Amino acid sequence: MAKFTKKKKGDLPAVSTASLPDIVFMLLFFFMTVTTMKDSSLMIKNELPYADQVQKLDKKDRVIYIYAGKPSPRYQDKFGTAAKIQLNDKFADVSEVANYVLAERSSKREELQNVLTTALKVDNETNMGLVSDIKQELRKVNALKINYTTKSGDAFQNLK
Amino acid sequence: MARRGAPPEVNAGSMADIAFLLLIFFLVTTTIETDAGLDRKLPPIEPPENPPIIKQKNIFTVVVNKNNQLLVEDSPMELKDLREAAKEFLDNGGGTGEKGETCDYCQGPRNPESSDHPNKAIISLQNDRLTEYGTYIAVQNELVAAYNELRNREAQRLFGEDFTSMDARYLDPKTPDGVKDDLKPKIERIQKMYPQKLSEAEPKSN
Repeated sequence: MAKFTKKKKGDLPAVSTASLPDIVFMLLFFFMTVTTMKDSSLMIKNELPYADQVQKLDKKDRVIYIYAGKPSPRYQDKFGTAAKIQLNDKFADVSEVANYVLAERSSKREELQNVLTTALKVDNETNMGLVSDIKQELRKVNALKINYTTKSGDAFQNLK
Repeated sequence: MARRGAPPEVNAGSMADIAFLLLIFFLVTTTIETDAGLDRKLPPIEPPENPPIIKQKNIFTVVVNKNNQLLVEDSPMELKDLREAAKEFLDNGGGTGEKGETCDYCQGPRNPESSDHPNKAIISLQNDRLTEYGTYIAVQNELVAAYNELRNREAQRLFGEDFTSMDARYLDPKTPDGVKDDLKPKIERIQKMYPQKLSEAEPKSN
């Protein structure tokens, strides 16, 4: 007679968790590669206006960012409430925009230097005078492709 | 001697915890969104050598004053009516174009007092230094929308697809090159029918 070995009852084998670190590491590497760190902390109020006829601004390596708006509350006692320009991590004057664009342009790879776009991230409540001054500076250094960065939404919301 | 033989194995049980910690950090800091906005091209700083003479009827003047009010062709207008007014001006086709051709695809009223041809029609946007940026963007958005709607209409008629979606596919880096080569002549043809001539003059200094 053959002898059947009965499995022990009621003793489920524990699920092996040995591969859990592998799975987690896989996820970790995915997020590490797709992450883009916010490179400059904003020192200004930056409520972008809405628009719906937008084009996407792909390829972050060919974009130069210029921020403008009122200084945030914690900087207001030092810099006042008038709208200012922020380049990288510090407030700047209009006259510094041209040099900043030139410096940024020369830091990019040579084949990208002619296809750069300047993204203007300007707060909703800023006066056009400041924006026009920036535009004028950009014309001086021949950075003619610009993008008014907006949030997607109905443009009539800007009027409220 | 306290210990002998093989060294004890390092306990790897907490590796998952460490990995989770890192994972959560990156999860929180990740932003995958891409920026979007209105693409514009500034005019070069040195004026062209022989500026062409432009008839007043081919210029559609939009002025935004310091109280964010619109003045279109010397009469006040609400922002919601701007898109239709711009479309009517661009699509008028009352005369002949740059090479003496008539506009055979225009569906406008063909008013001889308004623009001659879409390739001659220019929209001039002027603003005050005190105009609010949000209003300016809203006006720009409406004007771009007027161009896009006309281009979409022609693209639908000729190719059965919206111009904006063709353009988005063309600019998308994930689109294969073969498709791009196919899209490029179509896009250029539509752009030639309704060239975007939107001039942003320097603001008045007062």
